[in-house]
Amino acid sequence: MNVLRLFKNNFFALLLLCALNPVKVKAQTDQDAVMMIKNNFCVGPVYNYSSWKNYWEGTLKRENLNLGTVSTQSFSLMGNYGITSKLNVLFNMPYVKTKATAGTLHGLKGLQDLSLWLKWLPYEKDWGNSSFSVYGVGGLSFPTTNYVADFLPLSIGLHSTNLSARIIADYQVGNLFVTGSGTYTYRTNIKIDRTAYYTTEMHLTNKVEMPDVAVFNLRAGYRSHFLIAEAVLTNQTTLGGFDIRRNDMPFPSNKMNMTSAGVGFKYTVHKIPALSIIGGGSYVVAGRNVGQSRSVYGGIFYVFSFSHKEKANQEDKKN
Amino acid sequence: MKKIFYLLFIVLAALAVQFSCSKDTEGRTDNLAPLNASNIDIDAGKWKPVLLSRPDTFAVAAPLPVTNPNYVAELNEIKGYQKNLSSSQTANIKYWSAGGVLRWNEVMRELVAKYNLPPYQNADGSYPIPSSANPFAYPMFPFANPPYAGRAYAYVSAAQYDALVACWYYKKLYNRPAPYKTDSSIQAKASKTDLPSYPSEAAVLAGVTAEMMKLLFPTEIANVEQKAKDQENAAIMSGAATRSDVLAGEALGRSIAQVFIARGRTDKAGAAVGTPEQWKKLETDCIAKGETPWYSLETPRRNPMLPFYGNVKAFLFDSATKVSLMPPPPPLTKSDQMKKETEEVLSYITNPARENIRIVHFWADGVGTYTPPGHWDAIAAEDFIAKNFSEVRWARNMALLNMAVMDAGIVCWYTKYHYYNPRPTQMDPSIKTLTGIPNFPSFISGHSTFSGAAATILAHIIPENAEKYKAMASEASMSRLYGGIHYRSDCSVGLEVGTNVGNYAVARAKTDGAE
Repeated sequence: MNVLRLFKNNFFALLLLCALNPVKVKAQTDQDAVMMIKNNFCVGPVYNYSSWKNYWEGTLKRENLNLGTVSTQSFSLMGNYGITSKLNVLFNMPYVKTKATAGTLHGLKGLQDLSLWLKWLPYEKDWGNSSFSVYGVGGLSFPTTNYVADFLPLSIGLHSTNLSARIIADYQVGNLFVTGSGTYTYRTNIKIDRTAYYTTEMHLTNKVEMPDVAVFNLRAGYRSHFLIAEAVLTNQTTLGGFDIRRNDMPFPSNKMNMTSAGVGFKYTVHKIPALSIIGGGSYVVAGRNVGQSRSVYGGIFYVFSFSHKEKANQEDKKN
Repeated sequence: MKKIFYLLFIVLAALAVQFSCSKDTEGRTDNLAPLNASNIDIDAGKWKPVLLSRPDTFAVAAPLPVTNPNYVAELNEIKGYQKNLSSSQTANIKYWSAGGVLRWNEVMRELVAKYNLPPYQNADGSYPIPSSANPFAYPMFPFANPPYAGRAYAYVSAAQYDALVACWYYKKLYNRPAPYKTDSSIQAKASKTDLPSYPSEAAVLAGVTAEMMKLLFPTEIANVEQKAKDQENAAIMSGAATRSDVLAGEALGRSIAQVFIARGRTDKAGAAVGTPEQWKKLETDCIAKGETPWYSLETPRRNPMLPFYGNVKAFLFDSATKVSLMPPPPPLTKSDQMKKETEEVLSYITNPARENIRIVHFWADGVGTYTPPGHWDAIAAEDFIAKNFSEVRWARNMALLNMAVMDAGIVCWYTKYHYYNPRPTQMDPSIKTLTGIPNFPSFISGHSTFSGAAATILAHIIPENAEKYKAMASEASMSRLYGGIHYRSDCSVGLEVGTNVGNYAVARAKTDGAE
């Protein structure tokens, strides 16, 4: 949900973590309908590259010859641990680097926000070859360094602490599935390096009120033990905020809205089922005060099991 | 396990509630106490005005005696208001009672930030120029860049000062007491003072400022006139002034503004943009001297910002003095010294320290902000609040500050376009900057010149803060080197030139009768 870029929601929305367990594929991001089984820990690096040339200044789509193409690279460590098969804890820690190909503005880089989620599977019902499940996810993310928020579009993040609540519903028939989710994110105010700023009026303070954000995510496709292939549609709406004025610079509390479409896959290596590879990409089809970015990502995950074999098998049967 | 989840959910919910209560951000001057002058400066009518030759150039008729039935009716008007003040009327009184000079300065800073946006290019790669003749068409007039803003702050502050000197002259002359002194059933909703109320200083400020804004921000006249009415209503409803105090004050303010508007129309600011032929000549003259000329680093290349602003008529000195204030040339563009200075800039932007970025952004005051002159007004305003100056002393100090800053801008721009020196990034394109590169030549740094002048006059006004202002000016100056947009010599020489300009304001302050 970064301005003129979208790494956050877009990024996490698409990220699948590892698969694991051969019985019923339930592995896991904060946005999907997949869980890790008890005492298993899945972890790995993920790389994301996103860039844009055009962006929306308010609702006006434009290019900027003094920015050229703005790119964001992110190198993350992501992980997911099964406290139980119905309760997972997930984390993500990205290092982010930005760059503009034209103009004179300096790119920035640094460790960004640590995200933590608790993901809970309270309801699950199987009949025939279909199943329906509901998940609740609570998230917390906070900046790990004193990085610069007020240098958009080249800041690496917005520096707010975020609390999010998400409900996910998933329906699967055979190997076909559809997952929908809605997320409300509460964002704390941020502090910037200057003592006054203009939005639609003057603010004589270094504190910036950050509007909350709502995200809807719809994903559908093929899901089996060894392969997940899906199409993903994401809509983000900033509940408040203001438009970038004509030829002005963007600001952290802009109204950043976007709709993106993408694809994702996760492949679990047959011979080493603890190992999986993920990848995908997305494109912003509509937006407001954001860049029209294209993103691609890829990652590798490995599952470490901390449970006894027998116990694990029991879990599998329950699932 | 469910219990754990519920527990966590409750903790998160509690956190959310706690956070949500503190989301409103409060501005530093949102909740000020009413201005309560430590000295009412009853003799300020004798202070030396900026443009007026006498405080009574514009006549103000003697007021009716307080026993006159028409005046009693005016007191009844106040009582009627005070009987049923709405919450918005009370808020309006609270807002304006903090000080009219302060509030109008804040309004000015807001307008500067609103209009400080560089025009977007035409399809052919040229740039449209805002036109005062057609101010509502894109790009709206004005483009309130730093020189424009510096001049606007100075004109408004100087006009307010002259108007309040005249106001104080008549206050002492006619000596009409405030409504709450004449009628004890009228409450003083702002501070109580021994200052005579005719003509109303609030209305003088409303009138003079509203009139000045017609010249400076023509698309905002409706907005500004509304604020002027708000200020006058606050004066009446607070019990500080009657209708006739306000009418006389507003008329006086509007009249005195005409003197400043007439000056503003002929001070050569209108010719500061120049023409494409003149822009070309700046470049060819520089090449003829054997130097590398400045080029715009924007795409497409933007015409230089107000290249003839250096010819604008200064407040504190004549044009021969201005020329004498110009520093000797910067290092030659092909010299070893220039090469060394360029390398130093590169070293600052290579893996910049977080603290340096903070300093760059704290002082950047670039696109969409109130500019460096506005930043110094903000710094001054917060310190003036603590000093409990009378309105007339507030105006005098703001006028001294803003005339110094405007004149610093004139000398700075004169220097910039005289030497036409390239920016560090032009000399070495690998220099990426931590803030936008302003679209004008490098030598001398505008921030440094503005800041040197501001710190010098502020140190005179509040001597106990002298070291603080000096340190701030020095940090503002160095921020441009840290940001990669100026050489060290641009900054150090700019600071010196600014200090020299500031001393002209100090000389005026010592002889204006206020000390």
